[in-house]
Amino acid sequence: MNITLSINGARIEVDVPPRMTLCDALRQKLQLTGTHIGCEHGVCGACTIIVNGRAVRSCLMLAVQASGATITTVEGLAHGDDLSPLQAAFRRHHALQCGFCTPGMLTTLHALLTEEPYASEERIRDVITGNLCRCTGYIPIVEAALDAREAYQRSRESAPL
Amino acid sequence: MTGKTIGVSVPRLEDLPLVRGAGRFVDDIHLPGAWEAAFVRSTHAHALIKHVDTAAALALPGVYGVFVLADLLPHVATHLLAVGLPSPSYRQIVDRPILAGEEVVYAGEPIAVVIADNRYIAEDAAGLIEVDYEPLPAVSDIRNALDEAAPRTHRNAPHNLVAEMQLAFGDVDAAFASAPRTRSEQFFLHRGGSHSMEGRGLIAYFDKIDGILTTYNSTQTPHAAKRLLCDILRLEDDKVRVITPDLGGGFGPKLVFYQEEAVVCLAAKLLGNPVKWIEDRREHFISSAQERDQRWDVEIAYDHDGLILGVRGLVLHDHGAYTARGVNVPYGSLSALPLAYEVPTYRMGVKLVLTNTVPVAPVRGAGQPQGIFVIERLLDMMADELGLDRAEIRRRNLVPAEQMPRTKPFVTRGGIKVVMDSGDYPASQQQALDRADWDGFHNRQAAARTDGRYVGLGVANYVEGTGRGPYEPVTVRITNAGKVQVSSGAVAMGQSTKTMLAQIVADQLGHDMDNIAVTTGDTAATTLGFGGFNSRQTVLAGSSAHAAAIKMHDKLIKVSSVLLEVAEEDLEIYGNRVRVKGSDAEVSFAAILQAVSGIPGFRLPDNISPGLEFTEQVVIDPMTYASGSAVAEVEVDIDTGHVAVHRIVFAHDCGRVLHPQIVDGQVLGGIMHGLGNALFERMIYDENGQPITTTFADYLLAGADETPNMELIHLSAPTPLNALGIKGVGESGVLPIPAAVISAVENALSPFGVKITQAPISPPELVALIVAARNRQSVTAS
Repeated sequence: MNITLSINGARIEVDVPPRMTLCDALRQKLQLTGTHIGCEHGVCGACTIIVNGRAVRSCLMLAVQASGATITTVEGLAHGDDLSPLQAAFRRHHALQCGFCTPGMLTTLHALLTEEPYASEERIRDVITGNLCRCTGYIPIVEAALDAREAYQRSRESAPL
Repeated sequence: MTGKTIGVSVPRLEDLPLVRGAGRFVDDIHLPGAWEAAFVRSTHAHALIKHVDTAAALALPGVYGVFVLADLLPHVATHLLAVGLPSPSYRQIVDRPILAGEEVVYAGEPIAVVIADNRYIAEDAAGLIEVDYEPLPAVSDIRNALDEAAPRTHRNAPHNLVAEMQLAFGDVDAAFASAPRTRSEQFFLHRGGSHSMEGRGLIAYFDKIDGILTTYNSTQTPHAAKRLLCDILRLEDDKVRVITPDLGGGFGPKLVFYQEEAVVCLAAKLLGNPVKWIEDRREHFISSAQERDQRWDVEIAYDHDGLILGVRGLVLHDHGAYTARGVNVPYGSLSALPLAYEVPTYRMGVKLVLTNTVPVAPVRGAGQPQGIFVIERLLDMMADELGLDRAEIRRRNLVPAEQMPRTKPFVTRGGIKVVMDSGDYPASQQQALDRADWDGFHNRQAAARTDGRYVGLGVANYVEGTGRGPYEPVTVRITNAGKVQVSSGAVAMGQSTKTMLAQIVADQLGHDMDNIAVTTGDTAATTLGFGGFNSRQTVLAGSSAHAAAIKMHDKLIKVSSVLLEVAEEDLEIYGNRVRVKGSDAEVSFAAILQAVSGIPGFRLPDNISPGLEFTEQVVIDPMTYASGSAVAEVEVDIDTGHVAVHRIVFAHDCGRVLHPQIVDGQVLGGIMHGLGNALFERMIYDENGQPITTTFADYLLAGADETPNMELIHLSAPTPLNALGIKGVGESGVLPIPAAVISAVENALSPFGVKITQAPISPPELVALIVAARNRQSVTAS
């Protein structure tokens, strides 16, 4: 089936089998391999992407269900050569080790902080309970998110909703 | 940028592509035209295979091949994966076949493989393959597996004992005979799987022109995989290349070579087309190695002051259905127990028991957390009996600092003397206790109890053998662009191995991290190598990198001295060039390389040897012993059995710290893994050997809301065993945590007299213990 969708700011038309998951379509049809597959049953959060502003599990969604959607994947977070404030904070705080869960962490937190730039530590921690990480113990991830909040607050102020 | 590169938290080499989504994990590699594999796995824990009907699968459009064992046998030198580390303790050899033939011995064992256009079609076809089983009785519980009447894991085996051994020193029976006090306990311990967020997987292709098999493989041990592929496929070692791309975590099980690796490589060779197989999470649960049950029947002898006189006992250890690595996990358990403390006499036997379950191999910690759990629990019980403070009894028994280096009266599994080379264990415990307010906790605990809250504190110590030898090669060379290229047999699997190697090399060669490129885990880059396991890479590969970089440094200076006509002592390396101190005169690495590469017919300058490349493989046989102490503070909800871990104070000594932030990260991650082992992670099989926990909804990993406040204390006693003074740190965090957390839970529940002899402990189990303890109390009271 042919679907049209917007991914990381580009309008894309792609032919997918009806049963293909969205994460497989991104990875195999569109070579967007930054989105990782960790469990394929919606628990680990590695495959999280942002669909119409909301963080969703791309392993639990069929590609055809994303027809017409606006999608941001981890590849869409950086501004050209510059890391996004959240990506830079991850690097600063050693919030990634093997890096496999990182794309899902980044997209989950990007969706959260875009929506709630003043999210508390408790709120951040609560939101990423849906993302498993075996390497870091989560503390540096929470610290990175807290560190990045200011940038989201600034962009909220400069472009009020 | 130039500056100090060792001992400071420089930016990691690994991060930029990973945060951009531009990492290259094995499933991210799309070879043009590659086909995908799906495996048919046994649905029975134990059965005979009467017949496998593959006709319908082969007829499905998009299917290119279906193989069962009989199809592969003509193409292999051996169909058995003989991977067990050597040991005289084996009682039977149970190697895995690359696919099951007549008999399957665990649910999940691969029986057939389908190669198709893509995974969707491959799984469709796998579903069309009919396996005619004749079910056989299965054994899944070590506690009855050695009974005469127990079903045999392998139908023709004489029994379910695969190996037995003991670790013994001193006259333990005499110590018990004359001991003022003894205590006998039984512990039941479990660890679970590794659950790296990326599963296993590989992509293989065979170049018919060169006859070279290349495989990108999510393995911790590419050189071992290469050796096995050579052996199985009858290929010379220059015809196989194994590359570990970005690895999404390893944590142990990826050091094992698996059936799927042989089968996928063979399929790619036979079909003449690239083939990829990616393990899904369910497969990880039922086919990747795990650590599971151990039952310890153990006695301890001690005196009225709480000094240990002897420990003896017998361990039953779940080995799974085959030997996937050897006897190293239980050996690790046995040898971890008497390390930190003065244990004058010791005899611990272990029986390795075959069960119809997934094979057991190391998971981060490799048996050591279990041995530590047992001795720490025994010390708590002794303290309780003697009315001693739990920290005090440890203080009395810990090996004192003034005895370093201290030789223990036993050897490693490789026959190397156990010499604890450095560290101050009592100081480590004291620092952790002070930070955790051990002495003042009593008041806080009493206050909490008046509010109906049950809080507790627990402490545990560990000593860990790290840096298992004999060596790990590193090559340092200068490229035509003047860059420093570092290659190693080491594997980067999340512990920042590339950054580590670059730091050590940059420290000698210009202090510019941006001028260093690192290749790891590629058998084409280094002839020899071992890979990542046993907290060894910084110790071994780091030492080789250091040695190679020093040689490169000296040669760069020497050649520059000829080229610039300046004395060597007046030269220094800065960035990517050598300059005359205090002047503008300099020569670039690239120019130096050109000079020593030579011109046809002309002499090399000053007859210096050609090229700028050094390979070092520093051999370090003795292990270096890292150490530390953990204090856990918990709160138990006595109605639900929920345990909240509020705080972990962790003091540790990994010798010289190369990169403080990375070391912190290693310890934090290990602690979280340890919390899982204390409270959550349990791979459950039913009595028929059926795996019950095969999703992350059934098998729980610690999540962000379970993270306690963690405070790390770094003690740094450099080891004399390597030039940089480094001890391993990758596994340390996990080692004392189950013991410390369970101790704290017991302490919180001390008003009821709850005693815990297991890990993990689930809320329902804890509630049952609380209820039973309260019933005992009310009986006593009435």
